[in-house]
Amino acid sequence: MHELSLIASVFDILEEKAREHGASRVTAVVLRVGRMSGVVPDLLESAFETYKNGTLAEGARLTIEVVPVKLRCPDCGGTSVREDTDFSCTACGSRRVEIVEGREIVVEKIELETDGA
Amino acid sequence: MSTKTIRVQADLLATNKQVAAEIRRELRSRGILCVNLLSSPGSGKTTLLEALADRLKDRIRMAVIEGDIETERDAERIRRKGVPAWQITTGGACHLEARMIGKILGEVPAAIDFLFIENVGNLVCPASYDLGEDLRFVLLSSPEGDDKPAKYPQAFLSADCLILTKTDLIPYLPFDPARAAAEALSIKPGLRVFMVSALCGDGMDALVEYLVEALERLRSGRA
Repeated sequence: MHELSLIASVFDILEEKAREHGASRVTAVVLRVGRMSGVVPDLLESAFETYKNGTLAEGARLTIEVVPVKLRCPDCGGTSVREDTDFSCTACGSRRVEIVEGREIVVEKIELETDGA
Repeated sequence: MSTKTIRVQADLLATNKQVAAEIRRELRSRGILCVNLLSSPGSGKTTLLEALADRLKDRIRMAVIEGDIETERDAERIRRKGVPAWQITTGGACHLEARMIGKILGEVPAAIDFLFIENVGNLVCPASYDLGEDLRFVLLSSPEGDDKPAKYPQAFLSADCLILTKTDLIPYLPFDPARAAAEALSIKPGLRVFMVSALCGDGMDALVEYLVEALERLRSGRA
């Protein structure tokens, strides 16, 4: 259960970006979370809901996009998406694949509200 | 009042990765090979380190950083082997982070060969955190069952070596080491597999030899 410490880093980023853009409130946050990132979207959501009270993101809605595991195969040059844990190329069966997506935990975009025009 | 959407694309683990990279650079410059041990609680991480201390003591100098939620017990066990050990008690946190290791680094004696980090017993969260290690070992003990790699894929995916421990118990258990290894290899091809009984000593020589070779590679700059 390290979701709470990850959400603490989300809020560090929100505060930094709000300051940078002169914004007073954060109204939406989109996270991209890889299926093999080791974090549970539901737990991230509960941590976010708990953490946001009394912050500049108090009224913000959180969207979590789960990123599937995408493999690149150096043998046949193909890319494949795997739903299970058999990380081999679906085209040629090679096991020398590289995981190019599906392990990330990223703040993708945020919506800010500014007082200015 | 106006709203705008901005693309951020900020990696939440970026700070940890950065600190881990500094630790890795520092340890490599000192010629120290760092190994991060991951597993469930009770799969034999501390016992494996005790067995390594016994076997390495005349040839190799090692130090250990122990991670637990509470108590100094594991560090005390290691110190009884004459090995310097530091205990990190996370007070509830389920994993170690690079900055916790960074705080101790200054105290680690320069004249050692291996720094072992025993992570908090947990097959989930520690997998996401790079600690600046050169090698990551994931341990799976025979009583845990041979079906665990696919249930906890992140840990196996992030490891360099799979150490099947407590092999002396296999005759009494429905544990098929070949199945455990095959499942782990389907997740992470190229994973090195070792079978050891730290209590009986079976398989320890091969593991020691592997570690010594990895240290030689690191020091000759081929790591």
